[in-house]
Amino acid sequence: MNLTLRVWRQSGPSDDGRMVTYQVEDVSPDMSFLEMLDVLNERLILEGDDPIAFDHDCREGICGMCGMVINGVAHGEQRATTTCQLHMRHFEDGATITIEPWRAAPFPVVKDLVVDRSAFDRIIQAGGFVSVPAGSAPDAHSIPVRKEDADDAFDAATCIGCGACVAACPNGSASLFTAAKITHLSLLPQGQPERVSRAKAMVDQMDAEGFGGCTNTGECTAVCPKGIPLDTIAQMNSDYLKANGK
Amino acid sequence: MGSSNGKKAVMAVTGAVMVLFLVLHMLGNLKIFFGRDSFNDYAHALRTLLEPLAPYRTVLTIVEIVLVASVVLHMWAAISLARRAGKARPVKYVAKKSQASGYTTHIMRFGGLTIALFVVWHLLDLTFGVVNPKGFDAAPADRMVAGFDPSRWWVTLIYVVAVVMVGLHLRHGVWSAFQTLGWVGRTRTRTLRLGAGLLSGVLVVGFLAPPLAITFGVVQ
Ligand code: SF4
Ligand code: FES
Repeated sequence: MNLTLRVWRQSGPSDDGRMVTYQVEDVSPDMSFLEMLDVLNERLILEGDDPIAFDHDCREGICGMCGMVINGVAHGEQRATTTCQLHMRHFEDGATITIEPWRAAPFPVVKDLVVDRSAFDRIIQAGGFVSVPAGSAPDAHSIPVRKEDADDAFDAATCIGCGACVAACPNGSASLFTAAKITHLSLLPQGQPERVSRAKAMVDQMDAEGFGGCTNTGECTAVCPKGIPLDTIAQMNSDYLKANGK
Repeated sequence: MGSSNGKKAVMAVTGAVMVLFLVLHMLGNLKIFFGRDSFNDYAHALRTLLEPLAPYRTVLTIVEIVLVASVVLHMWAAISLARRAGKARPVKYVAKKSQASGYTTHIMRFGGLTIALFVVWHLLDLTFGVVNPKGFDAAPADRMVAGFDPSRWWVTLIYVVAVVMVGLHLRHGVWSAFQTLGWVGRTRTRTLRLGAGLLSGVLVVGFLAPPLAITFGVVQ
């Protein structure tokens, strides 16, 4: 396959940045999106150019490091798929592909397609934990948990913190991420003691980082590689309102 | 109340107040189909509610105050949330494609603005009678029938556009309010969305029936 890429290039946080066009030839449909960029980068390095910086780690869809907006969609148009698991067979030969970084004030661009997502870490630090003595793992059946709750908590816990939800949200809101973390803990017995204070601390931190408010557009769920459902946000809202009501 | 979630809750609660009002308002409007007298009696009854326990227009004035407060709070929260959203995305995307189904979510702010402008016109027309051919002193039903006279087809058109806008606003807004207040369970989401759509549909039909009936001569 031969492709035309329009890629956001920005040499550093203070650079203005611009879209730059590249031609990539002989792309195999079996390559992942990142491998395709690797091929381009190898050529750029040989030509003495600066390779395109992008985040990645596991390349198997589980770490949450990768992520870019591909043709206007966070992680590309393939549903429930991270950028590293997106394959070139989903693109047409000769296509032009636009690639941009996550766009949000709390996610400043470090370089090219790399953004600083430490705002997410600070949201977690604010309350995304349980204060119980963490010895060795207890027996799985020592604390009974309803099957439905266990399933829902597990679904919420699959959030890999990639930030696609923020990138896709027209308000630049981090509600889906924060809600996933809150729901995952608030459905389990271990999460109960801090349930209400956790919601308040994490939502307040989300605000302090400068993320937008949620207007329930559902753009986040649609691009989330883990399909975190929108009703986790209802769960977060309910816990948060309880914190302020009492 | 100052946090983004607090403002959302304000929007949900004030929105609910306004929706409740719209339902009653719509039912009242339909009285015109039972004749002008029925409509006038209803308008009169609104003003004499609870009399002689409370003076003339007490209940109506309270309702008006609650409504004005709701409108102001709803707009305040919407504007400050919109500004927060603007600040959260200072650099726009070169390409951006919506992935969620439903365009109604994307016209909430524009729709709200349109509705606000319409409400101003609507009050001038049928409440204060300033832009109504019959003026303030005419009976409510006369004002209504004259206002939507076939010769003033453009007024009816304004109403049609505005009411449809309200319907679209509520299709997202009603469901969204439940979500914001945390009353959406995994299984209830579908039902609530359907309910919101149904309620919006009923309101649109109920509000458009009287003006259209008058303009097309069904109600004289
Ligand atoms: S909720 Fe989904 S899109 Fe958002 S950070 Fe978690 S995995 Fe990524
Ligand atoms: S690189 Fe780990 S999820 Fe994509």
